[in-house]
Amino acid sequence: MAPYAPSFAQALELLMDHLAPVTAPAVDPQPDHREVRLSQARLGDRGVISQVHVRPDVDHHGLSADELERRLLELGFVEGAAIEVIHEGAIGRDPIAVRLDDMRVALRRHDAADIVIRLDARAAAQ
Amino acid sequence: MSTANARIALVGNPNSGKTALFNALTGGRQKVANYAGVTVEKKEGMVTTPSGRTLSVIDLPGTYSLRARSPDEEVTRDAVLGQLKGETPPDVVVCVADATNLRLVLRLILELRQVGRPMVLALNMFDIAQRQGLRIDLEGLSRDIGAPIVTTVATRKRGIDDLVAQVEAKVEALAAAGQLDAPNTWHEPSPAEIRRAHAEAQRLMKAHVRPAERPDTMTGKIDAVLLHPVAGLAILLALLFVMFQAVFAWAGPLMDGIEGGIGALGGLVATVLPDGLLQSLIVDGLIAGVGSVLVFLPQILILFFFIILLEDFGYMARAAFLMDKIMGGAGLHGRAFIPLLSSFACAIPGVMATRVIDSKRDRLTTIMVAPLMTCSARIPVYTLIIAAFIPNQTVWGFANLQGVVMFGLYVAGIASALTISFIARRLFWRGQVEPFLMELPTYKTPDPKSVLRNLWQRAEIFINRAGRIILPLMVLIWVLSTFPYPPEGATGPAIDYSFAGRLGHLLHPLFAPIGFNWQMTVALIPGMAAREVAVGALGTVYAVANAEEQVGTLAGALSADWSLAMGLAFLTWYVFAPQCAPTLAVVKRETNSWLWPTVMFVYMVTLAYLAAMAMYHGAVALGWG
Ligand SMILES: Nc1nc2c(ncn2[C@@H]2O[C@H](COP(=O)(O)OP(=O)(O)O)[C@@H](O)[C@H]2O)c(=O)[nH]1
Ligand SMILES: [Mg+2]
Repeated sequence: MAPYAPSFAQALELLMDHLAPVTAPAVDPQPDHREVRLSQARLGDRGVISQVHVRPDVDHHGLSADELERRLLELGFVEGAAIEVIHEGAIGRDPIAVRLDDMRVALRRHDAADIVIRLDARAAAQ
Repeated sequence: MSTANARIALVGNPNSGKTALFNALTGGRQKVANYAGVTVEKKEGMVTTPSGRTLSVIDLPGTYSLRARSPDEEVTRDAVLGQLKGETPPDVVVCVADATNLRLVLRLILELRQVGRPMVLALNMFDIAQRQGLRIDLEGLSRDIGAPIVTTVATRKRGIDDLVAQVEAKVEALAAAGQLDAPNTWHEPSPAEIRRAHAEAQRLMKAHVRPAERPDTMTGKIDAVLLHPVAGLAILLALLFVMFQAVFAWAGPLMDGIEGGIGALGGLVATVLPDGLLQSLIVDGLIAGVGSVLVFLPQILILFFFIILLEDFGYMARAAFLMDKIMGGAGLHGRAFIPLLSSFACAIPGVMATRVIDSKRDRLTTIMVAPLMTCSARIPVYTLIIAAFIPNQTVWGFANLQGVVMFGLYVAGIASALTISFIARRLFWRGQVEPFLMELPTYKTPDPKSVLRNLWQRAEIFINRAGRIILPLMVLIWVLSTFPYPPEGATGPAIDYSFAGRLGHLLHPLFAPIGFNWQMTVALIPGMAAREVAVGALGTVYAVANAEEQVGTLAGALSADWSLAMGLAFLTWYVFAPQCAPTLAVVKRETNSWLWPTVMFVYMVTLAYLAAMAMYHGAVALGWG
């Protein structure tokens, strides 16, 4: 039950994580195949999940990357699934609700950072 | 293996209709209990087949995977694997699937198949599937998953006979073979295995399910309003307002009725039994004590009526969505919203309702702050003190000062609960946050019969609790306030000479710094039974008979004897203090350890003491001493 006191190094690391450019989704040159992280997707963004890879080097609020990945997969966030952002929360546009194949799922943007979606041509053109 | 009472387990995703199917199968022949050692509800019932065989059916908590993440899901996993303490493994697993939402359950079925137990797939909500024009190749799917499929409409009891027949056939086959057809090869799937299972489920969908011709558009339309960032929150607030109106306005006459009934029962017993110890034990200890908790039954039932209705409709997941950011700011899960809401009626159902929270940490934090919500047992205390000390006057041109103070006490409860959970998260859980991942189910018209059944079960659980936990506590508090008797020729009230009175005097030096006189301290002890008992106890020490009905008289006595600062200190104490032994007992039960009720008691007493001290000395400094 030690108080919450991250070491200076940890704090620095966290800060770097926030400042570091998003690495995973290489931006496709073709405009109709733009990729975004679900955490950055806006209302109405629609496409197909191209990657679910929870980065082990990022803080997931204490949950292991493997565990978060499995939970996402179990709820249907899997490569190839059709996805659309259908609702956003009032404060900070968080959490979000998505249409995932035939079902609807709510999640926080923070937990959605490692889901990459390839936007549909129509959505990407907007 | 005995075939006389084969065991059937219902497994499936949340909201697939397991409970509805369980009710359709067992009718009224069911009981709700707890699994040994864990506080997950166990629903068990009986069904008799046409051939006269009795099957025992259990309704398991919904899950997406056998890889359990919450106490609820652990029960499902252990029950299916036959690892549950004190339970025999099920002979047949009935997987309940929402026919209109098959993708995830197909993956669960693949996991269940690895367990090797005989399985029957109940394709539920088939009415909706038909309405949508969904085509499912039952034969092909059945062949591929290796289990018979029965289509059902649980809410209209369709397909139940067929399901029972298929289950019985499996039971007979198992009895004839004497062993399972396949060994258990289940293990926790890795991410790669989950992906493979998804691909397989996708293949099954492609091969056997033709997409709906008229997919559901209703849910989308309703969500456009209910999840709207502005309108959605406004509707949620309006709903809460109506709920509170109902809880406090509609419950009034019922509560008066119960109080009257209990009073009459006490009076009746008092005339039958001779005066003396036995009469006092039964009338003042048991009847009055249990009565003081039972009066909350109407409020609890009205509250649960709304919660069950909204849950069955599919709204509760939306409420969690709307509230998640606000709750999350305090380090709580969106789902903590419902338990905290319940705690406004009474912390006991609130603590019980925390079972919906997956993560242990989030659940514990919610349990710890639930008693800070202004439960209705505080209202009599607040009303008394406000009537005694706060002038009934208009402030700011429109508001009633007494009302403002009452509102302030509610806000103090909410604000302290959010602050404490925020601090707890930082201090003890080191900022760990569980992911908020939740399916938003399609909206459904609630089935009145199942709502009533569920409500009845809530009532039974609460009454049982009142009996088993609260009754012994009441007797203990009665003993403390009754013995020893006052000496011959004593002039003060009898309680003054009892253990409670002596304890009050003994503790008084501790309470003097926060402005309490000995009468106030003495009243705290019987007030441990339930907060509102303090009103009666103050009546006893100030020798006002029937204090509950004579609030005016008692308020007069108090305002003559206490300073304003003392009154405010007492109010402040009641905002925070754990003046409710039944809540502590329920926390012990729900957490299965004495640690958490102890932590709760200590932190709440500390908080109450410091806050009351600050209030008292602040008020004295303002010249209200
Ligand atoms: N139309 C229809 N609704 C159903 C059926 N089965 C269950 N429901 C409704 O679906 C909702 C969820 O059912 P419930 O039994 O609580 O699901 P559980 O979470 O699996 O126990 C409730 O509102 C039920 O009334 C069905 O076969 N048809
Ligand atoms: Mg259920």
